[in-house]
Amino acid sequence: MSTVPLQAVSPVAGDDPVAADIQGRSPLRLALARLRRDRVALASAATILLLVIVAVAAPLIAHLVGHDPTTQYRDTGLTPAGLPIGPNRHFWFGTDNLGRDVLIRVIYGTRVSLLVGVVSTLLAVALGVIIGVTAGYFQGATDTILARFMDVVLSFPFLLFAIALVSVAGPSITVSVFVIAFFSFAAVGRIVRGQTLSIREREYVEAARSLGASDLRIMAVDVLPNLIAPVIVYTTLLIPTAIVFEATLSFLGMGVVPPTPTWGNMLSDSLQYYQVAWWFILFPGLALLITTLAFNLLGDGVRDALDPATERLFAEK
Amino acid sequence: MTTDVLLRADDVVKDFAVRRHGPRVRAVDGVSITVHHGETVGLVGETGCGKSTLARCLTRLYELTSGTVAFAGRDISRLSRHQLAPVRRDMQMIFQDPYGSLNPRRRVGSIIGDPFAIHGVADGHDRQRRVQDLMKLVGLNPEHYNRYPAEFSGGQRQRIGVARAIALQPKLIVCDEPVSALDVSIQAQVINLLADLQDDLGLAYLFISHDLSVVRHVSDRVAVMYLGQIVETAPARQLYQQPRHPYTAALLSAAPVADPDRADQRQPILLTGDVPSPADPPAGCRFHPRCPKAQQRCTVEAPALVAREPGDDTHLTACHFPLDSVDELVPR
Repeated sequence: MSTVPLQAVSPVAGDDPVAADIQGRSPLRLALARLRRDRVALASAATILLLVIVAVAAPLIAHLVGHDPTTQYRDTGLTPAGLPIGPNRHFWFGTDNLGRDVLIRVIYGTRVSLLVGVVSTLLAVALGVIIGVTAGYFQGATDTILARFMDVVLSFPFLLFAIALVSVAGPSITVSVFVIAFFSFAAVGRIVRGQTLSIREREYVEAARSLGASDLRIMAVDVLPNLIAPVIVYTTLLIPTAIVFEATLSFLGMGVVPPTPTWGNMLSDSLQYYQVAWWFILFPGLALLITTLAFNLLGDGVRDALDPATERLFAEK
Repeated sequence: MTTDVLLRADDVVKDFAVRRHGPRVRAVDGVSITVHHGETVGLVGETGCGKSTLARCLTRLYELTSGTVAFAGRDISRLSRHQLAPVRRDMQMIFQDPYGSLNPRRRVGSIIGDPFAIHGVADGHDRQRRVQDLMKLVGLNPEHYNRYPAEFSGGQRQRIGVARAIALQPKLIVCDEPVSALDVSIQAQVINLLADLQDDLGLAYLFISHDLSVVRHVSDRVAVMYLGQIVETAPARQLYQQPRHPYTAALLSAAPVADPDRADQRQPILLTGDVPSPADPPAGCRFHPRCPKAQQRCTVEAPALVAREPGDDTHLTACHFPLDSVDELVPR
């Protein structure tokens, strides 16, 4: 090889003379910059932030209004005939069939919805990523077992199973969280598995193996960072599904136990009164609608921001 | 160049199953090859002849179907992944695709620092300093430590791959088509970089390429592969001046010549037909359906890779009827 005279290695062309510590912009920071230009996503994020603040400040608001979520105001909150009263200056959202303040109950319902929605989604995503990466990376028998397991979970009649489980374990927030997480992880797992199958064939994974990296290191250092985009998108889209799931369970009496207010059990209670008390069904329904819409629109925005192809669409305008 | 053997592969075979329990394709069929300390061995052949598969067998990225690979005198062909880890410090690889071989989600400093992290050699500031030294060594700006691969050109990325490969000062680097994805002008830079590093660090290369002129430029010895087998191996100069295997001769005659006068006089040896499928290779000599010199014997008996001239054990040819002169094949 040394028979031919060699030139010195030429300096690399295109280097800017900036001497400062040069920081590359990470793909996530670029995505965040794109997200900031998306007005719908920003509005959704603001809505979600507002919901979080309301949920956290629920006791404070209850204190300021002077009403409790579970106290029955039979004197001021019910008509002489014992029917709910409509919105007035004491009860902004009216009262329910037991004379409780709908506004305060909707606000307290936000706590349950966000808590169950976020916690069960995080649980589902963690489980889905671990199982999906393991199945996709190791392939073979591991993959067959895990992938078939996820297929089975996906094909379950989940509502029937949830009802059966709750009737055995007894309804509670914890049981709701686990039931929702169990029926949501498989969807994440399948997507992660598919991505991992394609990532593990990339040359940089081969390069890591040729350097002597362990399986665990390759999964953590080379596979996981490339899963961030789909996982973030899926997480934001899974939260509203989980919230609706929780509302469904509560609606059926399988979720959070009364008298703790949730949007689901409020809607359930209101069904018998919708002809005389529109506010009773409207406000929890509206809260559910706004929350899921905000999360879904934010999820769409995040997906667009993480997919650089959409940037060109914006530029052409 | 010293004469002691660094890498010795014996009768390496690699099969792939087309489908599970389906027919098996023999991508590498009984290849033996040696690389000495500080030497560059070129491996040429058409796309799909098994060059890259062989490289991945030698570096144990693939499990061998049979055969042995000895590195620095130690049989590594049956070692577990854990046992292989220390061997990997001395045997590195450079990949063909400068885009695919660098993780797009990781900073360049972290990618080049991988060998240090994996083998627990250096940490923190020490690692960063050593990575930046490496970046300087391969002609990258050390201040670009925190950039992402997407912010570099193809040539710069291949330098990143080179820096990663030389980080632990290996004895052997297997280069799998390291320049074929690059522009010609950039190819020269990378090849010169590899040559400089060889002089400085005493590296041995197994240099895989389908580009004959690149291989001729860098190699001390050259092996020619056809359909999973080595058909000829010789010192580079001798192989290019006097090929004995008809396939080598045809391959060389097809390479472009830079001099227009000589290019006009050149008469390429045209082979008929396509490369047969490795799933169903021809009986006897694998080259016989396309060989202008094939005879009855070639269709039944596979030729061994042996010296065809007495006393010349560096030039091995797998042919029953080796050429005395390339002119034998030129159509009149």
